[in-house]
Amino acid sequence: MSLKDFFIAHWGEITRAALEHISMVGIAMLLAIGVGIPLGILVTRRRTLRAPVLGISNLIQTIPSLALFGFLLPLPWLAARSDRLAITALALYSLLPIIRNTYTGIMGVDPAIREVGRGMGMTDGQLLFHVELPLALSTIMAGIRVATVIAIGVATIAAAVGAGGLGEFVFRGVAMVDNQFILAGAIPAALLALAADFGFGLLEKKLARKP
Amino acid sequence: MARLCQCMATARQVIPKTRATPKGLPDVTIGSPMAGQESNAAIEFVNVTYRTGEGRVLLANLNLRVQRGETLILLGRSGSGKTTTLKLINGLLVCQEGKIVVEGKPLAEWDLIRLRRHIGYAIQDVGLFPHFTIERNVGLVPQLEKWPPAKIRARTEELLELVGLPPSQFRNRYPNQLSGGQRQRVGLGRALACDPPILLMDEPFGALDPLTRADIQKEFKNLQRRLNKTVVFVTHDVREAMFLASRIAVLDSGRLLGVYSPAEFLQSREPVVSDYVNVLRSEMELFADLEK
Repeated sequence: MSLKDFFIAHWGEITRAALEHISMVGIAMLLAIGVGIPLGILVTRRRTLRAPVLGISNLIQTIPSLALFGFLLPLPWLAARSDRLAITALALYSLLPIIRNTYTGIMGVDPAIREVGRGMGMTDGQLLFHVELPLALSTIMAGIRVATVIAIGVATIAAAVGAGGLGEFVFRGVAMVDNQFILAGAIPAALLALAADFGFGLLEKKLARKP
Repeated sequence: MARLCQCMATARQVIPKTRATPKGLPDVTIGSPMAGQESNAAIEFVNVTYRTGEGRVLLANLNLRVQRGETLILLGRSGSGKTTTLKLINGLLVCQEGKIVVEGKPLAEWDLIRLRRHIGYAIQDVGLFPHFTIERNVGLVPQLEKWPPAKIRARTEELLELVGLPPSQFRNRYPNQLSGGQRQRVGLGRALACDPPILLMDEPFGALDPLTRADIQKEFKNLQRRLNKTVVFVTHDVREAMFLASRIAVLDSGRLLGVYSPAEFLQSREPVVSDYVNVLRSEMELFADLEK
């Protein structure tokens, strides 16, 4: 069977796996953004937190992905549902780029602007929402983009803990020594990563463009 | 708080923009030191000392009174404490010793946000928000004060006219489309937006070329005559100081050497002041020589 025929034959399964994949990554990214951006903002306000927060997220990133999944297994609430485990691991992995880019983006705002904003009577909240975040937005988007692309790749490992996704095909292919299965998982995953990269890239450009 | 702003806003509509004299106060004439007029103090420093986090003293035992309606120039070298003095007024810096009184109320009793919206602030880098149009930039404080949009629009038009930038042309542009001089004018307009009684200016014309700077200084002087605000103006340019000042406060290494009218400044025997005067004199001599 040619690769094309293989894809057509397993079309239903591949689509299901792809949707599981996207859903895992999507939920994980929402969690990472929901936690990462506020943490990034916090670190710009409390400089003493910078070393611990960036240090810990850095540390999490250095853990090999499979090992991270393994570390989380013993935790009862997470192990109860394998996709919960996978999503948690993916969210943890995505934290560093988001926190770091939020921090860098906000710190990159011209100090003169911040000084004038404060000097004219903007509260900290007003400065954050009207000035710092809009100006940091394209940097933050870049962080989200990188995190998403990485997460799509790491999510293939989720299959190792039974969470589904395109990794299933890869692992099955490895076990059966069948290249077509491996490719059936790898190619859609790569396409998803490229699509995410492209899509977020467009969004970034749109946000960065000042008329 | 919102009520107060509404009242202030209505009052502004009634009081004409150009006032010959500040309400109820004697004519402010440029060049006369105003001794003994304590009730006229818009800003007062009482024994103020400011130290950095590392303990370096940037300002030592400052005693200074800024009269209402005057243009007080803070003149000194880099590091003399002039910007520190300015930033103490709107609370961007907090002094460790001493007391600062703004409009009769000690700084500690002011709500800092309210105070800052009551004071116009213009700095050398201007600090226009690059993602706001000129109109939004100028209308910043009115918007923070929740003025109705129509009123903000009218006010920004008025201000752009005032600083010499035709609103129809400049309203919808972005800061990166303007020259340095134009940006400074926008910064000035922004500082004047809520018609604050006090203006703090930190070397606002420093980054401009000599021609643009001369233009803008002349316009500022005219503006000051019309609007009669209390202005505290930091500069290290003695020529600018002589041109714009009602009085010049000379700072050196964190200490106030004295406050002089321009005429007194020229005649002073104080060493630092005569250094400045010598600079002016040698320039004049140079021109005289060149003309021969």
